[in-house]
Amino acid sequence: MKLKMTDSTEQKNGSLPYEMIIGLEVHVQLKTETKLFCRCSTKFGAEPNTQTCPVCIGMPGALPVMNRRAYDLAIKTALALDIGIPHFTKWDRKNYYYPDLPRGYQISQFDLPLSEGGKLEISDPKGGFKTKNVGITRAHLEDDAGKSLHDEASGKADTRIDLNRTGTPLLEIVSEPDMSSPQEAKGYLTELKLLLTYLEVSDCNMQEGSLRVDANVNLKIQNGNETVYTPIVEVKNMNSFRAVERAVAYEAKRQYTVWQETGLVKGQLPKQTRGWDDSAQITRAQREKEDASDYRYFPEPDLCPAVITEEEIASYRATLPELPGAIRKRLQGDFDLNPYDADVIVNQGQGGVDYYEELAKECGDGKQASNWFQQDVLRKLNESETTFAEFSLQPSRLAGLLLAVQKKEVDTTRAKDVFGVMYEKNLTAQEGMKELGIEQVDTSALSDLCKMLLEKNPQVVEDVKSGKKQAVGALIGQAKKANPNVNPGEVRKVCLDLIEQG
Amino acid sequence: MALSLEEVRKVALLARLQFTEEELVELTSQMGDILKYVDQLSELDTEGIEPMAHAAEVQNVFADDIQQPSLPREVIMENAPKHDGKYYRVPAVLGDE
Ligand SMILES: [Zn+2]
Repeated sequence: MKLKMTDSTEQKNGSLPYEMIIGLEVHVQLKTETKLFCRCSTKFGAEPNTQTCPVCIGMPGALPVMNRRAYDLAIKTALALDIGIPHFTKWDRKNYYYPDLPRGYQISQFDLPLSEGGKLEISDPKGGFKTKNVGITRAHLEDDAGKSLHDEASGKADTRIDLNRTGTPLLEIVSEPDMSSPQEAKGYLTELKLLLTYLEVSDCNMQEGSLRVDANVNLKIQNGNETVYTPIVEVKNMNSFRAVERAVAYEAKRQYTVWQETGLVKGQLPKQTRGWDDSAQITRAQREKEDASDYRYFPEPDLCPAVITEEEIASYRATLPELPGAIRKRLQGDFDLNPYDADVIVNQGQGGVDYYEELAKECGDGKQASNWFQQDVLRKLNESETTFAEFSLQPSRLAGLLLAVQKKEVDTTRAKDVFGVMYEKNLTAQEGMKELGIEQVDTSALSDLCKMLLEKNPQVVEDVKSGKKQAVGALIGQAKKANPNVNPGEVRKVCLDLIEQG
Repeated sequence: MALSLEEVRKVALLARLQFTEEELVELTSQMGDILKYVDQLSELDTEGIEPMAHAAEVQNVFADDIQQPSLPREVIMENAPKHDGKYYRVPAVLGDE
């Protein structure tokens, strides 16, 4: 089927003939040492089938026992997402047959999940979409299946099964269909991942499968006087946030084209599953599992329900760190930052925020600290592939340099060189400046230098006299060559003064 | 509550069980009897009684997140109909993951 692609300018003007309705289901692997119901390791990358036991491969009679830490992390995440914690929760069997699910059922939560009804605020400091709250329908704790390795080449050879993953604790976080553009979908995922990182509940590594995303997409179309909805499609197999963005955009266009051709609306087709093909940049229909929706849930008799009191919820709440949304607002208030700068800093994680705050406090100028943080510190950090905690040039030492710039002991351009030498040789700002021979150029020396330059460049003097003040810029380079410690602003000012004096 | 032949056929399919037509007819009446027997419970007045989620009156059983040895691969694979010493082998599964 040939698709008529809508161009992106049309999208920006909001003149698309439809509205997108996007809901996301995110599975995150909780950061535990062991599996949800047995004490096998969850470590990634082990030899196939070396991390299994009778419980996780579903031997008859083997009994599951809930992992305390997985439960704790799930409750903590739910609280951070503003989700209500019911006092009573239980687990259910979700029955289906698949070779990587040896028990024949997944232990999940059906009607009494551990949390229901929350929200996550998303925003885009670059203005791609308006700030909004995305509703969280529920979050529940379940175990993962194993891994199937299909014979991609011929499709005939055996499928190989590795059960190391089986039983890994997952928190499934289901959003309301509140997102209406691919940008918002990506914004939601980025914010959710950041939150989970701050909470230290998951590694959120998509390559290792510790964060997986499925998207439910359909369209609301104004068709003359009536509003119609296209059938909901679940899109799977997206291996990056960028892929989610693209897959959702593609799927919306595809659904619009299909609707134009067939007129089929929601309810006239069962929910379809499509897989994102990243190399072809399209979604493809997936073969439906037979009666896949008939999971015949029933309460898991081998696991006890969990109850939690208000006091216990309060003590979980007390363990929550300050969360990204709150930190952004605080940085804007405390250090007079704009939303964009605050966002860049918060996106660096807790270590970055701590670094920035110390730097800003010690130098007393939040904006200056933010500039140095975003340009020089982040660049060095990336080059040296290190973390903020390990970064040798700690904020207290760097603050000395920022203060020297404020006192005009060194200009900003030259200060970048000082930053380099402070980092390389482990020096203080004063030592760094000394190392580079930076010292204050006294007024008479500066004046002498400028006089000499004006004598050598009569054309510049003529130009300035005829009103082209910018001509003096040509002298700054020469002045710096003669004495690298001169301040460009001062050279400019002294030269202009001298010309005016005649 | 009577059960239809089609319902039994579907349950059998979901459970991956294969029956002859005669067996299906027999099972339909047998399963119907079981349901009828359990149905007697609905004669009880359960107005205002909280539904029970679990038969045992036990709650909050947790284990600490401390690793214990898994079973050796050659032992755990002994029960598999087919394996290659590293992976379980199953007939080709096509399509999605
Ligand atoms: Zn195990």
